Amino acid sequence: MSQIIVITSGKGGVGKTTTTANIGVGLAMRGNKVALIDTDTGLRNLDLLLGLENRILYDLVDVTSGRVQYKKALVRHKKYENLYLLPTSQVKDKSAVNPDQLVKLCEEMKREFDFIIIDCPAGIEQGFKTAIAAADTAIVVTMPEISAVRDADKIIGELGRADKENIKLIVNRIRPQMVEKGDMLDMTDIDEILSVACIGQVPDDESVVVATNRGEPVITMNNSTAAQAYKNIVARLCGENVAFYKPPKEGFFARLKKLFGLL
Amino acid sequence: MLDVLKRVFGMSEKKSGAVAKERLQVVLIHDRASISPEIMEKIKEEIITVLSKYMNINRADMEIALENDADSVALVANIPVNSMRHAR
Repeated sequence: MSQIIVITSGKGGVGKTTTTANIGVGLAMRGNKVALIDTDTGLRNLDLLLGLENRILYDLVDVTSGRVQYKKALVRHKKYENLYLLPTSQVKDKSAVNPDQLVKLCEEMKREFDFIIIDCPAGIEQGFKTAIAAADTAIVVTMPEISAVRDADKIIGELGRADKENIKLIVNRIRPQMVEKGDMLDMTDIDEILSVACIGQVPDDESVVVATNRGEPVITMNNSTAAQAYKNIVARLCGENVAFYKPPKEGFFARLKKLFGLL
Repeated sequence: MLDVLKRVFGMSEKKSGAVAKERLQVVLIHDRASISPEIMEKIKEEIITVLSKYMNINRADMEIALENDADSVALVANIPVNSMRHAR
């Protein structure tokens, strides 16, 4: 039974596309046949994160407008051969694809793929409505920052109105030191505020920038805390029960030691 | 010295993380309370259906609205009752 997952956030810049790329690679590394669909028409980026930007011939708009078969537009990843990208158009705008077209396309692709992952544009307009139309699961990506959490709440409301009941949350770019000092919302706070099941928290890790620079999603790197976090998320998506990483709480003696250290 | 003591016992002023949480909880009450007029009308109809089992209400003068306070939201309804039905 294949799954169609949309990755969405409301606010831009919280890591939707990075999340899509990492979950896609992670699922493919486990042997699943995965298709990633970029629906951020006009602002194409998923190709860059996967290092596939030079191999695009056709795009999503070519497919939905009936010019080519979807199989012709798919770009197969060289290293992870179970992973395919359906890039979007860089010249058209968000109105170039409508919800019915995407639903029809996903229905067709379901026969071939175990997972179809849709990268949603920011905002709550037409592009968002198109991206969520076909999905049976929505992953909302947010950051421990008030505007990102508020926008996530708005998106969760919109998903509810669109009868999407299977909603999961990822809290991206957590800075454990700031959380420890009490200067950043942690996963439990955000979970409580949004009341949506959290399937992962990803630390703010410099290796994500390095990975993006190279066009190789961070999940493929060793010794990266973000990579481990994405691997855990993928495992949970596959139904495994993985414990959440909890940074140790600073106790009285640690504070006392720190104080004397300062003096 | 008091500051130092407070730091040792972890009682310093409220941390920004906690402030963010409180601010968010309040703003989301307001965000979520912005219900469309259609839904408000639906809520009104459903309340009427339930109440009509027990009493005759004056639909024309019925008022129902969400009222915002600084840190809370309340659904306030004013429903004039014309007569009560017999209890069964």
